[in-house]
Amino acid sequence: MSLVPGDPALVPTPAPTRVPAPGQAPDTGTALPGGDRADVVPGRWRRAAGPVGRGLVWAVVAAVPLAFLAVFFLWPVGSMLARGVTDAAGQLDLSAFAEVLAESRTWRLVGQTLGLAVAGTLGSLLLGLPGAYVLYRCRFPGRNLLRGLSTVPFVLPTVVVGTAFRALLAENGPLGFLGLDQTLTAVVLAMVFFNFSVVVRQVGALWSTLDPRTGEAARMLGASPWRTFVTVTVPALGPAIASAGSLVFLFCSTAFGIVQTLGRPGVGTLETEIYIQTTAFLDLRTAAVFSTLQFVVVILAVTLANRFRAGTETALRLREPTSHPLRRGDAVPFAVTMLTVVLLIAAPIVALVARSFQSSQGWGLRNYELLGSSAGSGFAGGTTVLQALEHSVKIALDATVITLVVGVPLALLLTRPVRSRWAARAQRLFDAAIMLPLGVSAVTVGFGFVVSLVASAPQLAYSGALVPLAQAVVALPLVVRSLVPVLRAVDPRLREAAAVLGAPPGRVLRTVDGPFLVRGLGLAAGFAFAVSLGEFGATTFLASPDYQTLPVLIVRLLGRPGEDNYGMAMAGSVILAVLTATVMLVCERLRPRGAAGTGAGF
Amino acid sequence: MHHLSAAPTSRHRARGALAALGIAALALTGCSVADQSGAGNGTTPATTDGASGASGAGTGGTVTVMTHDSFNITEEQIAAFEQESGYELTTTAPGDAGTLVNQLILSKDNPTVDAVYGIDNLSAQRVIDEGIVAEYASGALPESAQDLVVQDRLTPIDQGQVCVNVDGEWFTENDLAAPTTLEDLARPEYAKLFVTTNPVTSSPGLAFLAATVTEKGEDGWQDYWQRLLAGGTKVAAGWSDAYYSDFSAGEGQGAYPLVLSYSSSPAFAPATGVVEDTCTTQVEYAGVVEGAKNPEGARAFIDFLLAEDFQASLPENMFMYPVDESLELPAEWAQNATLAEDPIEADLRQIAEKRETWREDWNALYEAAS
Repeated sequence: MSLVPGDPALVPTPAPTRVPAPGQAPDTGTALPGGDRADVVPGRWRRAAGPVGRGLVWAVVAAVPLAFLAVFFLWPVGSMLARGVTDAAGQLDLSAFAEVLAESRTWRLVGQTLGLAVAGTLGSLLLGLPGAYVLYRCRFPGRNLLRGLSTVPFVLPTVVVGTAFRALLAENGPLGFLGLDQTLTAVVLAMVFFNFSVVVRQVGALWSTLDPRTGEAARMLGASPWRTFVTVTVPALGPAIASAGSLVFLFCSTAFGIVQTLGRPGVGTLETEIYIQTTAFLDLRTAAVFSTLQFVVVILAVTLANRFRAGTETALRLREPTSHPLRRGDAVPFAVTMLTVVLLIAAPIVALVARSFQSSQGWGLRNYELLGSSAGSGFAGGTTVLQALEHSVKIALDATVITLVVGVPLALLLTRPVRSRWAARAQRLFDAAIMLPLGVSAVTVGFGFVVSLVASAPQLAYSGALVPLAQAVVALPLVVRSLVPVLRAVDPRLREAAAVLGAPPGRVLRTVDGPFLVRGLGLAAGFAFAVSLGEFGATTFLASPDYQTLPVLIVRLLGRPGEDNYGMAMAGSVILAVLTATVMLVCERLRPRGAAGTGAGF
Repeated sequence: MHHLSAAPTSRHRARGALAALGIAALALTGCSVADQSGAGNGTTPATTDGASGASGAGTGGTVTVMTHDSFNITEEQIAAFEQESGYELTTTAPGDAGTLVNQLILSKDNPTVDAVYGIDNLSAQRVIDEGIVAEYASGALPESAQDLVVQDRLTPIDQGQVCVNVDGEWFTENDLAAPTTLEDLARPEYAKLFVTTNPVTSSPGLAFLAATVTEKGEDGWQDYWQRLLAGGTKVAAGWSDAYYSDFSAGEGQGAYPLVLSYSSSPAFAPATGVVEDTCTTQVEYAGVVEGAKNPEGARAFIDFLLAEDFQASLPENMFMYPVDESLELPAEWAQNATLAEDPIEADLRQIAEKRETWREDWNALYEAAS
């Protein structure tokens, strides 16, 4: 596998000597032996009480995220899926499965779903890898701006993206000559548009901390740049690539808006079929069968990715993130990245921004001036865009707090060193399962809420109080995904050393894990905030009409006639995009030096 | 060495865990930044004292109304309703008209709302067959709307028409006469100029499908649609997609001068008009939910929707026409967007029985064509 078998950086060492940021090391290693020796009480009685008591504590810590997921994810989704395997009387009945699985159309749906998702994932990886290198490993003016820009698509409402893409690709549009309007290619391009930054961030963050000397050694020993890349760099990046790939696959396989709007979907995908069966035919049994199929696809994908990730996860020698000025050899990845960013990412955004400055009175700020009022033509009363923005920000703050309250204990649990095989297996299983909310249809979740939470507590549901909770479910996987790698970077020997020296577990947590956690927290919070800000699917089901969020209002504005409504939708989208990009940039800045950790992109 | 952990630290951790739980509980119970009040419409100042300070006839309490997401009511109107009736108003809007009906059906054994607004004629019969709405004959119903009541249960609130819209300028520029009949649309010279919306995913699309079944018959509609699709008619996913991206007179300046939209759309686009022969009626109803906790409040709300103030605001607020035909329309509407005289009226019972079949057949036909 390695060109340089002797290189210590590539040889998996049983206990990696990972040096965190220079500024952090004293917190962990040196603080303990000094003043904390007094804590060491060599009493045997502690040994007896320890494991039981600690198990109890962790059980309590585990209870928060588990209860949260049970109530806000498993219950709603479970109530929907249960309808696929029961008849009207509630008895087990698998006939719906037999019927659906016997149809050849079902398998065409599965095929098209997989085809589109694989194409979208490969496209995102192919363009995202050079992007990760250029935007995280190289240094040039404007780099941070490009990083921020590439995040924008992530939170734009799909309806707006559909409109922006179609404005470019439609027969009369500037790129109409490509003939891509309403083709599957357009759908795949939109998937790459949305997910490019997922790959760039996740892979880039790890890439920037790889020790360049390994590659240099390979080059010195006569390997070509390509050979070095394939045999040294790619294997080292394996975990991040697998992790990003599985995230992108989940997003692509549940894509709805862009498949409907941009493609002439023909048979459609599992996601569009679930939507149609649920909303058009109210055939919840059939919808549940398709939801289950989707679930199976997602579980297979997550399992595969996890296996791949586990297979490539080796101890890496990481260091402070480094970047170098652009070199001659970077020409190809740089060109690829610039083309991607300009043509694929920026073009639709520029079209959107340009359109937001056009109104019935020509170019100008009219659309923006209208945002604070409800005076545009054909728009009387109701929430204004600025009010909706305020609602969105407040709800997103709530959702961020909830996500962190749930996500931090979860991430700690998942990275605890455990002894028993059973516990390790449970950890791995849960680590994979936490991704599932991303792989479940928004319609399934939305109607699931209706038959579970809304049915049980209607007044609570109608008050809109469930909105931040539902958004937290959507943000949780990304938050856990961004915290876990950072915590895994903690050398277990540090914890052990601290414990041997007598630091109580609380103190180990605070002084060893704490600094790592704090590093990841800023970015995790940023993601939670950004995801909540852009969330549409669950929000539209649960938001109180008096407390609409910006994405929901944008979509509703687009559903009303009148140029002013259209203009306000565009201007509102631009504001949403600018806000998100700013939040992400700030969170990245807030991250202390050297906190890139291992693949903390998501 | 993990066993070195000690009792005091367990407590320490337990405290941390409890603190986390406490924070979670706080977050869950209302220590929140978002100032949504428990009653739902906390952003409306009037609601806080609506129940107690009212001088109306109601006995107080809350009336909960489920609407589709195009429902739009001003804060002044809410305040007026609460003042007059003595009830506090909570509204919930889970989605479009289709989602609304589905929600009602899903929760019919355990209704969570008192009244519903936004059921259209495509779902009216189904809602009644499912036993979702109770009988109610509102004394506030205007004379012009008496015929629109459905089986003493659904009260008409507003109406409109789904029509093919024409970009008049395009036809003048291209020296072509605009189509005038439903049949014209399927002719080769027009079919390729027409963008409609998917009847499976959009409600105007379904209304148009029902209209074609009504006009072309159970045996003829598939042939008609085959001619449309073979001739190059485009099917967009939803209204905004068709109107804003594909319609030549829409904001996206698309390539299609014929689009499926509403009779009211030309009020906002003076260069456009409608093909009257293609117009089909849309009526939106309200009803008292069977098993409602506050049926009195539900009735009061329906009466309020029929009163002159709300009726007159319908064009501005919801782009629909009042059922009270004695009211004057806004100027742009009176000029450009009046209702067609003799619209296509689909049969409610037939729709209730067949719409799933139509949609499935249409979907098969569309998938085969694409």
